[in-house]
Amino acid sequence: MDVSFWNREIETLPEKELKKLQLERLKRVVEVVYNKVPHYRKKFEEAGVKPSDIKTLEDIVKLPFTTKEDLFVDYPYGLLAVPKEEVIRLHTSSGTTGKPKAIFFTKKDIDFGAELIARCLVMSGTTKGDVLQNSMTYGLFTGAFIMHYGAEKVGVMVIPAGPGNTERQIELMKTFGTTCFHMTPSYALYVASVILEKGIDPRKDLKIKRAYLGAEPYSEETRKKIEDMLGIDVYNCYGLSEMGGPGVGFECVYKNGLHIWEDAFLAEIINPQTGEPVKEGEIGELILTSLNREAMPLIRYRTRDLTYFINEPCPCGRIHRRISRILGRSDDMFIVRGVNIFPQQIEAVLMSIKGVAQNYQIVLENYDEMIVKVEIDRDFFDGRVERLLKLREEIIEKLRKTILVRPKVELLEPGTLPVSEGKAKRVIDKRTL
Amino acid sequence: MHKVEIISIFVENKPGKLEKITKILADSQINILGFSITSVKDFGVIKIFVDKTQEAYQLFKEKGFAVAITPAIGIEIVDKPGGLHEVVKFISSKGVNIENALVYVPESRKKAFFIFEVDNFEESLGALKNNGYNLLTKDYIK
Repeated sequence: MDVSFWNREIETLPEKELKKLQLERLKRVVEVVYNKVPHYRKKFEEAGVKPSDIKTLEDIVKLPFTTKEDLFVDYPYGLLAVPKEEVIRLHTSSGTTGKPKAIFFTKKDIDFGAELIARCLVMSGTTKGDVLQNSMTYGLFTGAFIMHYGAEKVGVMVIPAGPGNTERQIELMKTFGTTCFHMTPSYALYVASVILEKGIDPRKDLKIKRAYLGAEPYSEETRKKIEDMLGIDVYNCYGLSEMGGPGVGFECVYKNGLHIWEDAFLAEIINPQTGEPVKEGEIGELILTSLNREAMPLIRYRTRDLTYFINEPCPCGRIHRRISRILGRSDDMFIVRGVNIFPQQIEAVLMSIKGVAQNYQIVLENYDEMIVKVEIDRDFFDGRVERLLKLREEIIEKLRKTILVRPKVELLEPGTLPVSEGKAKRVIDKRTL
Repeated sequence: MHKVEIISIFVENKPGKLEKITKILADSQINILGFSITSVKDFGVIKIFVDKTQEAYQLFKEKGFAVAITPAIGIEIVDKPGGLHEVVKFISSKGVNIENALVYVPESRKKAFFIFEVDNFEESLGALKNNGYNLLTKDYIK
């Protein structure tokens, strides 16, 4: 496997030095927000902590979390750590309700965001001479712009296609020899299906080698599907406007988890219920501290994104720790018999079993009884009861292995559960205490 | 042809499920000739033997049911004490395992058939044929 680097020195910095760099930057950023951002000073005082209390990286747990709500205190400029004249860009991140989060960038913030993207692109084999079709929204959303700048930094030719107009997307790919594209996974799946419907052979008629897909969670199965349809490599990418946009973590050529750039972000994973760190390798909510942002550094920001650390060293030689693909939102977590469970864990198990249809529902009843309702696949049914009983046993056993709780499983007729549309209600909690 | 076909429908064990199925058949003038239910607590499989198999199968499929057609063998039973016993004894003597069964009575008190599904249809049919027992064919299905 070809391993290339944009910034070999920082990407392969030995762990000890990387940690030293992180500590220096953490101390600096804590000092800055304490002195420049009244809201942070107030939060620190309430928590009884001063910048001088941060002596090691572990001391970060003394600092309070920053939540989405904090971004609306003294809105919109309240969290600026630089004079407003230093700000050269506004991006917003849409909340599901009310006002959008306002995120500001200095010139250096934009440049550094581009630097991170340059690392991400080169890490997965993109280089000068490649043609990147950037099909994310250019606008208030950070995704498209920062990707654009990062790609230009590498020397890639960028097609600022923006999203939508699938016919034109495909025309651009054909005419200009697109070698990589940046899209949301759901749109990529759609574009891929249209390409095939049109009778275009992507392996012969197109030059696409790889795709960067992110901005919404998707499964390993979806990745494989898109890869097979188009004959390309799909790389997971992760970012959020609050942390400066895309490029927080991308996959390397080994496609096994996303390297978080630890010189730029201090990552923790916590139990969203208790705020305590999870045990090694356990799923939890990703917490990020921006170590290098100027305009609006955030301390221990609760991303609400679920993931886990992959601690083994990566064969690519990068020291920066990896996280798994984003598994969902921390708000989805529930607890049964003292065990933290995420619907995404259950979904992954169900989707790996033949005979199970797409829809499922989790019902929690008193005495911590967990019932997983599953629709059977029409084509699986052959009239035999024992085959159904075996299927149910298989589901129970595989779920028990993954979530450590033995659920009841009910097999349902196809089409009886509400169809999932994005945020379908998967968990129904009927427990009363 | 000694193959007869049974329709199997997967159902959740809830009130009104059977009614839904019988209504679909009644509305389409499909006659139920034989019937059985296997239930395991929360779900079950309803097996029906009808006069218009393909038509019934398409109907249930269109309505979104999990439905399958399974092959079965029918053997005539004599209407007298021990009639069923004799047939079942014969089947087991041939090493054939009965998976699921129902009874079809074309002529009340005169003619009845024991219809059953087996593990390996062709092999089982071969073992049972030409032994002096009357096997069910399409001619008896009206």
